[in-house]
Amino acid sequence: MSEAQAAQSAAEVPSGLAALSTEGLNVWYGTSHAIQDVSLTFPERSITAIIGPSGCGKSTLLRCLNRMNDFIPGVRITGRVAYRGEDIYAPDVDPVELRRSIGMIFQKPNPFPKSIYENIAFGLRINGYRGDLLPRVERSLRQAALWDEVRDRLRDSALALSGGQQQRLCIARALAIEPDILLMDEPCSALDPTATARIEDLITELKASYTIVIVTHNMQQAARVSDYTAFMLNGRLIEFGPTERIFTRPADERTEAYITGRFG
Amino acid sequence: MRAPGGPGMRRRRRAAAVALQALALGAVVVGLGVLVVLLFDVLRDGAGTLTWTFLDSFPSRRWQQAGFKAAIFGSVYLLVLVAVISFPLGVGAAVYLEEYARRSAMTRFVEINIANLAAVPSIVYGLLGLGVFVRTLGLGRSLLAGALTMSLLILPVIITAAREAIRAVPASIREGAYALGASRWQVVRHHVLPMALPGILTGTILALSRAIGETAPLIAIGALTYVAFVPESVFDPFTAMPIQIYNWVSRPQQGFHAIAASGILVLLVVMLGFNALAIVLRARMQRRSQW
Repeated sequence: MSEAQAAQSAAEVPSGLAALSTEGLNVWYGTSHAIQDVSLTFPERSITAIIGPSGCGKSTLLRCLNRMNDFIPGVRITGRVAYRGEDIYAPDVDPVELRRSIGMIFQKPNPFPKSIYENIAFGLRINGYRGDLLPRVERSLRQAALWDEVRDRLRDSALALSGGQQQRLCIARALAIEPDILLMDEPCSALDPTATARIEDLITELKASYTIVIVTHNMQQAARVSDYTAFMLNGRLIEFGPTERIFTRPADERTEAYITGRFG
Repeated sequence: MRAPGGPGMRRRRRAAAVALQALALGAVVVGLGVLVVLLFDVLRDGAGTLTWTFLDSFPSRRWQQAGFKAAIFGSVYLLVLVAVISFPLGVGAAVYLEEYARRSAMTRFVEINIANLAAVPSIVYGLLGLGVFVRTLGLGRSLLAGALTMSLLILPVIITAAREAIRAVPASIREGAYALGASRWQVVRHHVLPMALPGILTGTILALSRAIGETAPLIAIGALTYVAFVPESVFDPFTAMPIQIYNWVSRPQQGFHAIAASGILVLLVVMLGFNALAIVLRARMQRRSQW
């Protein structure tokens, strides 16, 4: 991003309310420089979409935000990622604790091979909830708009659900432990249009209580659901601003070329 | 679309397919056939002498009075001890290598060694057991020394099987659990182990089947062949079924050969019994771990 664009995005995106931010973030996988000097702020209670062609580093960036990259051998990260002002890569930060506040939804629905009830109860139990978990299970299933479909079969295998239902179960599972931020890594890419529409409605509703960062390769989806959009290319942040402005008056010609479908 | 090549090529290809199928069928027939012939041979020789007296007597110089009791108890005790020692060690090592250890020259060195240890002849383990457990640790020719030696022998097999099973648990399950704020141990305890357990148990069953039939290491550590009592503690001397069978087979009298065949039948039944038990256990755990 040029300095002029950086100044512009600073004016457009309210950084005072940032739930998450990155500053000069660099990520290497071995010798490949996957993320190059990315500085971004994710405003509170809003949806920020990260778009860009395959391999541009969107998912890598997302996985830096709750330290899911820690598990990848040979990864090296420099720069700063701040969650509510605190550097999450500081030595005294426990990534396990961090992930309890920053939940994640994955590209492919990944319910545990257990019952629908157990899928949600697991997160509650490991986070110290005791006693009757059913009310909390019900609440998170309602939040994820899944309760009416599964209320009579909570003890059935989660794997018997359809793809869209499985993804909503994963969202319910993440919501049950009351995170602060939800990171979504192309949550609809494995779903059909109907299921996608339901998840998108759900995401829009969740904005009232959560800060959401969503990676998507679907530009219509970014335009439909997000408040802010970041466009990435080859590991660099090209442009960041309110979604409406990015999609109507992109400042960078590469952004324009991408959103008009000339590459990617 | 027509396949390239004329009718001649197609005929050749069909002939090759038929030949391959015949070869595969032949392999199955030969493998199973030899096993069936062996089993019938043993049954013919040993069924007549397989009596309650045989099962309930201690060894004797006269084959009519010689029995298998000490060997049966010795083998069963040995197998239980080996399972108790090798299962937690093997699974623990596999979990450490797969879930905790960082990739380094050290872990690679350990991995190569485990793979090589699985190929070391069992007599070498016997000599190691003799040196370490029997002599240095002063356990003598005890059940415990035998069980420790056997555990060493089958540990590489259990570790390798457990690692395969653990590696087969999809990364997406681990990620899902980590993203909920699970610690490494919680992920292992609640997701990886339950999902890997059927595979781990299959590997363990195979390894234990090998242990119950092994003779060489027990001979090397000096397990006795004339034991006229049932071991009462892990420090008692013992004998085991394969040693007793080996001893009887090497005698000149025909009668001992017959009771050796009876012994083989008992060994097979006990082994199949343990395998069946493990399979039932596995099926039950699988059901429970699912929901």
